[in-house]
Amino acid sequence: MVPVIEVHNLSRTYGKIKAVDHISFKIKKGEIFGFLGPNGAGKTTTVRMLTGVIESTEGTATIQNHDIRNESLLSRAHLSIVPEEANVYLDLSVWQNIMLMAELHGIPRNQRIREADRLLKLLNLKEKKKQKARELSKGLRQRLMLCAALVTDPDILFLDEPTSGLDVQSARLIRQIITDLNQNGLTVFLTTHNMEEAGEMCSRIAIINKGRIATVDTPEKLKTTISSRQFVEVRFKDPAPAYNELESLQSVLQMEVDKKTFRFYTKTPGKVTTEVVHLAENKKSEIVHLSTCKPTLEDVYLYFTSEDKK
Amino acid sequence: MYTQKERAQTRSRQIHGSMVIVKKNILLYYLKPPVLIFGVLFPVFFFLAFKMGRTITAENIVPGMVAMALWFTASAIGPLVTPWERRARTYERLISTPVSLRAILAGDITSGLIFGTFLSVIPILLGLTLTNVSIHNPVLLTVGILLSGLCFASLGVLLAAPPASSPSNIMLLSNLVRLPLLFVSGIFLPIKQMPQWAQWISPISPLSYASAVIKSAFGQSTIFAPWLSVIMLILFSLIFFMASCKFHNRWRVKGL
Repeated sequence: MVPVIEVHNLSRTYGKIKAVDHISFKIKKGEIFGFLGPNGAGKTTTVRMLTGVIESTEGTATIQNHDIRNESLLSRAHLSIVPEEANVYLDLSVWQNIMLMAELHGIPRNQRIREADRLLKLLNLKEKKKQKARELSKGLRQRLMLCAALVTDPDILFLDEPTSGLDVQSARLIRQIITDLNQNGLTVFLTTHNMEEAGEMCSRIAIINKGRIATVDTPEKLKTTISSRQFVEVRFKDPAPAYNELESLQSVLQMEVDKKTFRFYTKTPGKVTTEVVHLAENKKSEIVHLSTCKPTLEDVYLYFTSEDKK
Repeated sequence: MYTQKERAQTRSRQIHGSMVIVKKNILLYYLKPPVLIFGVLFPVFFFLAFKMGRTITAENIVPGMVAMALWFTASAIGPLVTPWERRARTYERLISTPVSLRAILAGDITSGLIFGTFLSVIPILLGLTLTNVSIHNPVLLTVGILLSGLCFASLGVLLAAPPASSPSNIMLLSNLVRLPLLFVSGIFLPIKQMPQWAQWISPISPLSYASAVIKSAFGQSTIFAPWLSVIMLILFSLIFFMASCKFHNRWRVKGL
């Protein structure tokens, strides 16, 4: 399938600082592509380059086969943005805000009115239509932003922390709408700090750190890439086997102790479980708790963004 | 690269985009307090400052007022829009739409031009009804007002280029440019009667040519011939517009 976004060695420097350093990835049609990274990792700069707000200093990128530098206007016609901060025109009404975005994208009058009506209904903003954006709460403004972004009928939707700071209902509604639209073919580029949201929604995830892409894969595969971060958690009734005996178990890569809880990091949790049970039997120790934990997306994120991962 | 068809479509989209920007600016900025203070009240106070205690004929007052109204009103929109939008963070979203920066700036200039042209009609009407002045060349007056409005609106947009997050900083800068030029442009006093140093500076002020062309339309003789003034206003407009595109583009990252 032809990628809708293709990024090749894209870079951006600010003076001597490399905000984005030769990143490359492809996004296929209909994907929800998560873009994760710590503050200052280069997420916003990447989004700004792809959306034509700033120019890259090196590398190329295409959006629907249009080069973002040489055919910027054509590439921008295919996308819409919902930034973290709902930057709507506060002195315009909900309706005027939506119409403005549609008109800037050259959406014909009949189509924009029809679409705006449908979206206002979908996002529960119908009765706020004539209200000034200034009078809306943060959650409603964010919904308005989504409405204004979707009225342009984009192929790609850039979402920057779309649910950050929102109440549970608004966040859930936005997530649900994005998922529904994605099922109808919309490609989504999602920047978020919310690991649960990323894991739940994204078909693939890229982790960016210090301007470089640390990894790109599906959430499940990302978790398996750090299989060494799986662990078995055990708590013994006193007396527990000796510390050095537990640490020297064959399949254990690393052991951590927190009060009476032992955490054994391993690539083979099954083997460790067996070894621990045997040891406990031999040493006449009683196991009061035993559980196996797989790495979460948060573990993956921390692994790829931590200083000492190597 | 763009195909011929894409180029034609893009061009018409940009013109449409500019018009949408004009509509947005009219809805949002025409009644903002800084525009009303610097654009409408300033000319009135400056008129009073020039007029009080002096004998200036109606033939000088009316064209002077028209030129001064245009100077302040047309150049009042530009310095407000970009900093305001930068602060509200709507600027970033605007430049990510398929409307070029040039088209956005053209829209801002057109907003200033419309505002200036509309408000310059007031002193003309007052002059025609309250004094005995008459318009000698309506075509020249129309051309003069439109070109002056275009030129001053372009200057206003150029002054908004520096990356200031607060509109008041840009307003301050724009007044630093607008006010000194006001005194050397022969608005109420003929340039020949001004001090020598002011006569030297006068040709670098676009207001001098606006004042000259409007005075000519009201049948007064001026130091600059109408044709020269028209050419100079076109030149100034082009220079201001091109400089606006260059500097807005250069500083757009810093202003985000």
